[in-house]
Amino acid sequence: MKKVKIRYRKNANGTSSIRLNFFDGYETIDGKRKAKRLIKTLPFHLFTSPKSKKEEKINITYKKEAEKIALQWEKTLLKEKISLKGNNVTKLKDFQLNSKIPEGNLEQKWSNHKGKINLVSPANKRLIDVIVVGTGLAGASASATLAELGYNVKTFCFQDSPRRAHSIAAQGGINAAKNYQGDGDSTYRLFYDTIKGGDYRSREANVHRLAEVSTNIIDQCVAQGVPFARDYGGLLDNRSFGGVLVSRTFYAKGQTGQQLLLGAYSAMNRQIGRGKIKMFNRHEMMDIVIIDGKARGIITRNLVNGEIERHGAHAVVIASGGYGNVFFLSTNAMGSNASASWKIHKKGAYFANPCFTQIHPTCIPVSGDHQSKLTLMSESLRNDGRIWVPKNLGDVKAIREGSLKPTEIKEENRDYYLERRYPAFGNLVPRDVASRAAKERCDAGFGVNKTGEAVYLDFASAIIRYGKEQAHVKGLDENNIQTVKKLGKQVVKSKYGNLFQMYEKIVDQNPYETPMMIYPAVHYTMGGVWVDYNLMTTIPGCYAIGEANFSDHGANRLGASALMQGLADGYFVLPYTIGDYLSDDIRTGPIDIKLPEFEKAEAAVKAQVEGFISNHGKKPVDYYHRKLGKIMWDKCGMSRNEKGLIEAIKEIKELREDFYKNVNVPGKANEFNEQLAKAGRVADFLELGELFAKDALERTESCGGHFREESQTPEGEALRDDKNFTFVSAWEFKGAPSKAKLHKEELKYEEIEVKTRSYK
Amino acid sequence: MNLTLKVWRQANSESKGKMETYQIADVSPDMSFLEMMDVLNEQLMTQGIDPIAFDHDCREGICGMCSMFINGEAHGPDRLVTTCQLHMRKFKDGDTITIEPFRARAFPVIKDLAVDRSSFDRIQQAGGFISINTSGNTQDANAIPIDKHDADKAFDAATCIGCGACVATCKNASAMLFVSAKVSQYSLLPQGKVEATDRVMNMVKQMDEEGFGNCTNTGACEVECPKGISLENIARMNREYLYASVKG
Repeated sequence: MKKVKIRYRKNANGTSSIRLNFFDGYETIDGKRKAKRLIKTLPFHLFTSPKSKKEEKINITYKKEAEKIALQWEKTLLKEKISLKGNNVTKLKDFQLNSKIPEGNLEQKWSNHKGKINLVSPANKRLIDVIVVGTGLAGASASATLAELGYNVKTFCFQDSPRRAHSIAAQGGINAAKNYQGDGDSTYRLFYDTIKGGDYRSREANVHRLAEVSTNIIDQCVAQGVPFARDYGGLLDNRSFGGVLVSRTFYAKGQTGQQLLLGAYSAMNRQIGRGKIKMFNRHEMMDIVIIDGKARGIITRNLVNGEIERHGAHAVVIASGGYGNVFFLSTNAMGSNASASWKIHKKGAYFANPCFTQIHPTCIPVSGDHQSKLTLMSESLRNDGRIWVPKNLGDVKAIREGSLKPTEIKEENRDYYLERRYPAFGNLVPRDVASRAAKERCDAGFGVNKTGEAVYLDFASAIIRYGKEQAHVKGLDENNIQTVKKLGKQVVKSKYGNLFQMYEKIVDQNPYETPMMIYPAVHYTMGGVWVDYNLMTTIPGCYAIGEANFSDHGANRLGASALMQGLADGYFVLPYTIGDYLSDDIRTGPIDIKLPEFEKAEAAVKAQVEGFISNHGKKPVDYYHRKLGKIMWDKCGMSRNEKGLIEAIKEIKELREDFYKNVNVPGKANEFNEQLAKAGRVADFLELGELFAKDALERTESCGGHFREESQTPEGEALRDDKNFTFVSAWEFKGAPSKAKLHKEELKYEEIEVKTRSYK
Repeated sequence: MNLTLKVWRQANSESKGKMETYQIADVSPDMSFLEMMDVLNEQLMTQGIDPIAFDHDCREGICGMCSMFINGEAHGPDRLVTTCQLHMRKFKDGDTITIEPFRARAFPVIKDLAVDRSSFDRIQQAGGFISINTSGNTQDANAIPIDKHDADKAFDAATCIGCGACVATCKNASAMLFVSAKVSQYSLLPQGKVEATDRVMNMVKQMDEEGFGNCTNTGACEVECPKGISLENIARMNREYLYASVKG
């Protein structure tokens, strides 16, 4: 073992980086001598040719500092006894899957951490550039806050305006432990509900932090002018969501996501107006650029004219959302894609728990082969809607033939299966439980539409209940069914008006008169890029926030928690933690986009684009996307088994090979070309899908949204295997999804006792 | 059903565009209008014709990205819907459908049916916000009670999706409905009143600079607005503007 050596490397801006090289001698590979070494670049820089006494002094101090760090590093490396011999080259990263959870009591962790981390002075923030990819709740709130703090922010979105990001479509609400209703809510209860709802597969410290900052979100949004629903006293109103026993969800009719996103968008606009955010609309991130092991920029494609551009920065934040569109049909937007996450994964960021996907129980069922996407009906509807199917198969048959209407079926002939199976939580069980229960009834032949894949969501009893209440308030006859119905419909309309209208436009039925038909659909992905407590990925300087990371929801997300997490990450977590990293970058100076690393990344992107255009295959991009979606839904959907998953891995691989041979991308590279943009996204889905199946195969337990048929209780409930699977699967890319290497982050529960989830 | 489609084709912002006619067969009435366009595009690609470019994203009527002028109406014949929520059951077998982009000087065509609406963003950047920082250290959310009626009205104005149907519909290509919706949302809420004067002046100034026309109160925008944004907002903005001008 040789010792650590200090090396200096010139930078373009008149400074030199200090690097530590740890050699282990030479070895021979294929007849060539190759040096195997570990390199660490230190966070401060020397003046290459010092011009003043002061600069010389700084150099001397830094050199001394470097020697100290070199000695320390040497000690740890020798202690770890890393073998650098043969093919077992252990990279520094391999033993650093460190979640960096701060010490101390759970309640104190976040405030202690905030108190201790390094800060960047306002004068130095001006010298630092940050790139944010994506403008949903996480990306927009992070961009606005980082700019507010003084960093130079460059923000990218593929849509024509940051306001179009798919957070806009979130309907039901946002959770916060305000306890305005006085119904026993608290930070601890929100924390506990989230861990339990996530089926004990999320990080305690992260979830507690989320619960702590949840209340600030509401204050912040109200101050920004977000028009939340209010009651007649002028105070904020709440409703209840699945998996909890309190009302802690704040809402703005069925458009909560829209209102919150427009709030964050307005905060961004203020900073764009001040010149602190440079906004790039209709730009797609094509790759990340890594220099000396750190994220230093991205390569983008301008979707209007096809230009490939380089952008440098001191840190890169990925806020590009989840990968639900790997299923083709999902509630995601048409353009939602996983490419940014996948590109950083291929450059060294671990991808965590890809198999944890949320199938949302209440979506409008598929109507035919032409279907391009699915539409969600908010979970908030389960506050008032009751889910049922007929008890008798005869009635099912009559309904499908059109000879019987659902309203004609008597109360005693209906099976309110959620109320029957889960009396404590009833229609408000968590999403994974409700979805599986619907599938169970439909698989047993009780589905109520032509395809046999739909159940009823019925508002009749809510209309009567509200109507009677209103009649009583207004002093009208509570027994006059006409009056009661009329009044009840008004109440339901004021609560869910836009959802009912949306349903009517799509299905062409009036949900005030006849029950809605719903069926589960892919909605959200709990898995994502692995991040530590600071939300940094395994690439130094590259962060992932919002749905793009894996952190807070474990194996199942509770309703109204996605908005909470996106805004918490963007407004209140990342802006603190990123400073800790950037405090080392105050002397780096602007990133030079002429460096060879940028050139290389750009050349690779151009080659991929050219490859698609010159392929001249026979089949359109959508053909492959649809096929991939079908494999995923059939074999990696609501329930999974070993045989299906092995088949899925094989089929996806074959499909991917066929894609590169036979895909047809019309048009040119240097123009507005939607098919070309889509081809790049589908290419990434075709790799991600395989890793998804591999992860699902590896995890032989059932937990949350991941249901392995081999692991269930006699009643058909998910059966966890805590002894063997209380960990996060973090996959390292090794050239192909099939070669991905599994790293495990053990989940330790110090505060909460791990129990079997029961909603009965 | 079988349909004849007349579609605006334009290669890029510089080139001259023209209408092209295409036939499409076996359209299911359950399809959405954009799904019909997907099918048409697949058909065009197999014929070696460049597919029609159009903007779309969420396909559930909320992102505001889709923007087609169908048979002379923004977002087509149905009321209170965006193009993506329009379904083919609104058309009959044998119909001829004319499809154009949203037209206005401030919305230059990028390609075919896709237009550049960044002028809307710039208006928002001029003043469509409340100037508070994002530290979360504001007062408690329930510290200021807000009259439910005001809160509801502010919400109704805030549901604007920024699609630009109002501009495309207006014979003057005026953006008054869009701008007034934002001005109204904030002027109805106590949080927004503090800087109401600057806001309305700055936003209106930017609107004029972008080349939008003036409002002549025809009310067409309100009819075509997929979110039912009320004309009342324009009146409110005019009041705010007058007040701001006098106040100076």
